[in-house]
Amino acid sequence: MRKKDILAITTLAATLTAGAASVQAATLDDVKSRGTLTCGVSTGLAGFSEKDENGKWSGLDVDVCRSVAAAVLGDADAVQYKPLTAKERFTALVSGEVDMLSRNTTWTHTRDTSLGINFAGTNFYDGASFMVMKDLGVSSALELDGANACIQAGTSTELAIADFFRQHGMSYKAVTFDTSDQTRQGFESGRCDFLTSDGSQLAALRVGLSNPANAVILPEVISKEPLGPVVRQGDDQWFNIVKWSLNAMIEAEEQGVTSANVDDKLANGNPANKRLLGGEGELGANLGLESNWAYNIVKQVGNYAESFDRNVGMDSPLKLERGLNASWKNGGIMYSQAMR
Amino acid sequence: MFKQKTIEQTKSAARKSGGNGSAAFYNNPNIRALFYQILLVLGLGYFFYSVISNVLANMEATGIKTGFSFLTASAGYDVLMSLIPFEATDTYGRIFIVGFLNTLLVSGIGIFFATLLGFVFGVAYFSHNWLVRKAATVYVETFRNIPLLLQVFFWYFAVLSTLPGARQSLSLGEAIFLNVRGLYLPKMVGSDLFWVAEVALGVAIAGIFVLRRWAKKRQELTGQPFPVLYASIAMVIGLPLLALIVTGMPFTVEYPALKGFNYFGGITVIPELMALAIALSVYTGSFIAEAVRAGVQSIPHGQTEAARSLGLKEKKIMSLIIVPQAMRVIVPLLNSEYQSLVKNSTLAAAIGYPDLFNVFVGTALNQTGQAIETIFMTIVVYFVVNMVISFLMNRFNNAVALVSR
Repeated sequence: MRKKDILAITTLAATLTAGAASVQAATLDDVKSRGTLTCGVSTGLAGFSEKDENGKWSGLDVDVCRSVAAAVLGDADAVQYKPLTAKERFTALVSGEVDMLSRNTTWTHTRDTSLGINFAGTNFYDGASFMVMKDLGVSSALELDGANACIQAGTSTELAIADFFRQHGMSYKAVTFDTSDQTRQGFESGRCDFLTSDGSQLAALRVGLSNPANAVILPEVISKEPLGPVVRQGDDQWFNIVKWSLNAMIEAEEQGVTSANVDDKLANGNPANKRLLGGEGELGANLGLESNWAYNIVKQVGNYAESFDRNVGMDSPLKLERGLNASWKNGGIMYSQAMR
Repeated sequence: MFKQKTIEQTKSAARKSGGNGSAAFYNNPNIRALFYQILLVLGLGYFFYSVISNVLANMEATGIKTGFSFLTASAGYDVLMSLIPFEATDTYGRIFIVGFLNTLLVSGIGIFFATLLGFVFGVAYFSHNWLVRKAATVYVETFRNIPLLLQVFFWYFAVLSTLPGARQSLSLGEAIFLNVRGLYLPKMVGSDLFWVAEVALGVAIAGIFVLRRWAKKRQELTGQPFPVLYASIAMVIGLPLLALIVTGMPFTVEYPALKGFNYFGGITVIPELMALAIALSVYTGSFIAEAVRAGVQSIPHGQTEAARSLGLKEKKIMSLIIVPQAMRVIVPLLNSEYQSLVKNSTLAAAIGYPDLFNVFVGTALNQTGQAIETIFMTIVVYFVVNMVISFLMNRFNNAVALVSR
């Protein structure tokens, strides 16, 4: 009996220690051998990542997952989505449960340096803001002294709002919820006077209210919230792939390459078009991908402008202005590093 | 007797010869056992050493910060409810204490009301009144069979969220207010001589124990019962009241008042606490009711008949004969129900009650990224709290256990 016990324990020990040692591996190889990309998205946020009645995911964040899948596997649909709450996301990424996160995640110094993660760029420049019910009669965030706030737990907004109220010598009570849907429910039931989150999320949550016309978003933007895809630290090749997949979408908009004209641009475009789409140069090979990696992205997902308009812009219920998210050529700050 | 002794002697003689004789030392069962035990300890030690060093190495390789230095760093976020003063600039260490106290509070309230409900409905099972009996069955079968998380959501989203808004609060005499943001109660604020009343309350509580002793002794000597319950209640209310009158009412009452968005002043009971406490009490109460029923049913019917033949009233039979004996069965079951309640209080995260799990494993973990440290600390807390409950309940169990002579 004892001998058996010891044997069992040693086997268990061996498997556990071996298992723990193999967390770090080449994500690219894993994704290729699996045939699908596992992408962490939000639990449902209009315009960014939401599931329709057929179980198909769409949104600005989802399009980043799709572009990486198109670049790596040649098929934008080869993505397995993993809905994660704000609290779960980094643990899921670092433990290897997902290959990447594309989940309204603010790029902050602390997160970048202490969580074992890397931000692979910015796909939406945002800022925290406030939403209130119209009948409250409030027109500025500075009138919110003593009010209750509905916030999603574990977000950078939770920190931003504490700073804002402290800075202006005002007090507030934070009611924190697990998911953005519960936050909206809390706001609608009157548990709090205002809901605070990134401006884009407020627009999305407002659409989900039973009567969106009753709520207004206040003009103050109290923080910088650059949102972007995230990968694990320690796999530079994968980091590059995600970074340049996003850049390819932004670059395609700069070059005027769209999903409609991509074939024409590949055949008859200028040298920059051809370099981006794989007609010339070694860009794909340098990433460890096929030469048509960016072609697949633009063909199957579209460029950044197409994705923006379709999901959060004028062609969507959210109707967000491009603002900071316009290409640098149009007065925004969306800018791809040089594609050469 | 004689025969037994000889067998013992032969056995020990055999053992001796085995140890000193020709057989090798590794055939000695004691040495073999020791050897395997050492091997097991070494194996376990190596196992934990390799797991821990592996985790540390992996965290180092992925660039994750380790250590407990974050506990002294400023947290930078607010907590909805705190029993001790707390501001956003306070440390993660303080958040840990805030969360711990909130967990103790909701568990304490839950245990108190669950016990109350459990005993009331458990005894009601044996009522001669059909309606009361059926009410107990319906209570137990309803709340025992619905998942706790669902019940928490029910009380929070379906009941408390439908209360009117802050400006249309339900009020009782302009002193107590109830709205979607919570229950607002007036608060007594004592001035200089208020301590006299506090001392009087302490004396009254100590007096209860003295009174109980005295009443028991008196009953043993003279057979005369003494109404301990009523006397205790009178003492707890009367003594502090007397002290207040003598010292000239040295307190003011702070009423909650609507200022801007919310009611300020007085005592605020947040709806998250109410919903969680109600759900935990009602759910665990249904299990305790079953435990009480099991305990009462374990007492042979002969006890009741014997008590009746002595001329005891039905109520007295329950409180003097049945329940004290049933406690032997009930207490061990209560112990595990209390422990489950403490563990179930982590469902707070679902509705945003700031218990330890929510503010520490939820927000603090996410803001600092130090999963191993925060989860380890939280595990230790729940472990210790449940060990303390177990210890206390075991002592209580020894007190009610059948004394074998």
